[in-house]
Amino acid sequence: MIDFFQLLISGIATGSIYAMAALGFTLLWQASGTINFAQGEFVMLPAFSMLIAMAVGLPLWAAFVVALIVSVLVLGMAFKRFIVDPMRASGVISIVVATLGLSIGLKSVVKAGYSAEPHPFPSVFGDEVFKLAGVTISYSDVGALLFAGLMVVGLQLFLNKTLTGRAMQAVAQNTFSAEALGINVKRMIFYTFAINAILVTVTALLITPTYLAKFDMGDNIGLKAFFAAIIGGFNNSRGALLGGVIVGVLENLVGAYITPSYKDGVALALFLAVILVKPDGLLGTPAERKV
Amino acid sequence: MKSVSKSLLASALVASGIALTSGAYAQAIKVAKIVELSGGGTTAGTMYRNGARLAFNEINAAGGIMGRKVEIAEMDTQSQPAVAKAMTVKSIDDKTDVIFGPVFSGSILVSMTESQRAGIPNFTGGEAANLTQQGNPFLFRSSFSQSMGMPKVANYLANDLKVKSVAVIFINNDFGKGGRDAIVKELGARSIKVAADISTDPGQVDYSSAVLRAKQANADALFAYLNEEESARLLRELRKQGFDKPIVGETTIMGAKVIELAGNAANGVRGHVGLTVDAPIPAIQQFAQKFEREFKAKSDHNGIKGYFSAYAYKAAVEKAKTTDGKAVAAALRNSCFNTKTNPGILLDVCFDANGDIDRESFLVEVKDGKQTVIATLPPLVKR
Repeated sequence: MIDFFQLLISGIATGSIYAMAALGFTLLWQASGTINFAQGEFVMLPAFSMLIAMAVGLPLWAAFVVALIVSVLVLGMAFKRFIVDPMRASGVISIVVATLGLSIGLKSVVKAGYSAEPHPFPSVFGDEVFKLAGVTISYSDVGALLFAGLMVVGLQLFLNKTLTGRAMQAVAQNTFSAEALGINVKRMIFYTFAINAILVTVTALLITPTYLAKFDMGDNIGLKAFFAAIIGGFNNSRGALLGGVIVGVLENLVGAYITPSYKDGVALALFLAVILVKPDGLLGTPAERKV
Repeated sequence: MKSVSKSLLASALVASGIALTSGAYAQAIKVAKIVELSGGGTTAGTMYRNGARLAFNEINAAGGIMGRKVEIAEMDTQSQPAVAKAMTVKSIDDKTDVIFGPVFSGSILVSMTESQRAGIPNFTGGEAANLTQQGNPFLFRSSFSQSMGMPKVANYLANDLKVKSVAVIFINNDFGKGGRDAIVKELGARSIKVAADISTDPGQVDYSSAVLRAKQANADALFAYLNEEESARLLRELRKQGFDKPIVGETTIMGAKVIELAGNAANGVRGHVGLTVDAPIPAIQQFAQKFEREFKAKSDHNGIKGYFSAYAYKAAVEKAKTTDGKAVAAALRNSCFNTKTNPGILLDVCFDANGDIDRESFLVEVKDGKQTVIATLPPLVKR
């Protein structure tokens, strides 16, 4: 039973990190119809931004702030301005293809500039452990859980309790009505991209100590986050959270009680099951077709 | 008349150009380094490449091999056996004299058939036991095979740590499976029980369930045999879950890159290494300093393998007095080379008839982020 709880805590911590990247997927989709297949590389890039900042002597917290600024400018503003905006008129497939290309391009650039070797990354919460009722818990798991939880709750409060957040939701639900109500749609969409940039930077901070900073570190996280978003419901932010945690916990349980070899297949199996049984995801709502 | 002199001048220029070109290239010894510069084997391949690059730079600076410069082509296998094979074929087409790499056992197992067919000596960093059991007279190791390293690890577990049971975690590729088979056989021969036999995947990032299974096995020690990146991730997870039994490995898990990536989690890991820059041997320490100066990184065992391979080839060519593949291979087989006449090989070494090597090796423990040599073990065969 102690083992089970250990797996549960570790799974929820990992799942909450998946959830943040998944949340970015759903937010971009809702606000701008963008499916970002470079989301994994969006996690990788801030990791290297932080490494570069630390290499010039900045402490981790300052490197994180630098990475946040770089991410909002590059992964938020520039991504929207130079890739999504010109492609939106051509439909979602064009954006999917563009982001796939962007994913390959980003990996190649980082590989060329920073080598294909993995690099160590410090853990913001240290690597010590403590015991609670016989369960060994690491500070990094607790920290990841708290940090991710705070991010998600904060985001939900922002979206539901502030005028800007509600305006963003209005844009996500119906762009034309929102515009008619006087909401600055372009600005709201930019805010969504900026929030995604912040989410991926926090994800990078939490997950890179485990994944190690490497040009292809985003492959796994991007795929898991995508599956988590689909499982939870692509048009529901809370669904992304649920999907992330389910994937994280089930991966751990399957790895320990069945075989580690099936671990990576868990997200895919769940994804297929959900698509077949409830195509809109666990918390998703059926999308109405506009004619 | 004018056109005749023009033609003559042009012919003379072309002829002299051809003569210059063919003269320069006929003199150069062509070397192909076919290693893992991307994909899962990047760490190992890059280290091996850098070690060999350092050696050939030194060799060229000192006048080459038998007065001939060495011309190097570096190719990336992308850590994929099929690409490794294609690169080997390409280097043969380019008339290479010798091939270095790949490092990954799965890749060399596939690519070495091509170098054998062409009769070209092929040095490898691969450690899987079966590589030198294929009857390939052109294949030469730069490190111990698993069948030579694992008995030393098993002896350490049985005689020094006095364990009765061991949990084994291995990576599911040719390297890992070969190591797993070799250690299980050696443990069985010493009546040590394998309490858990845990397979993990190449590129795996989360080891929580693998570590939990190892803990559940409640064995006296853990034997871990994975590639560099995976070893580092495993060590971090072992620390995260408070694993408190001895962690023992063979070479890779105590490598410099693993220690760098795993940080404090590498402390306490112990086992057998065929090569280490922390060996109390002046030639190896000089190599380590040169490597660090050149590449701004500490060499691991793969860096030493690359460096050793280059100098072993030089020694063999000088012994054979030719770069002919068959003659060089014959000069290496059943031969010993010492550091007095060939200081670049760093340790006295003997190649057997299969291309396996024998030399001194080391028992080490990672302390304060550094390999510490506990004991120096003699070669297996006394000569």
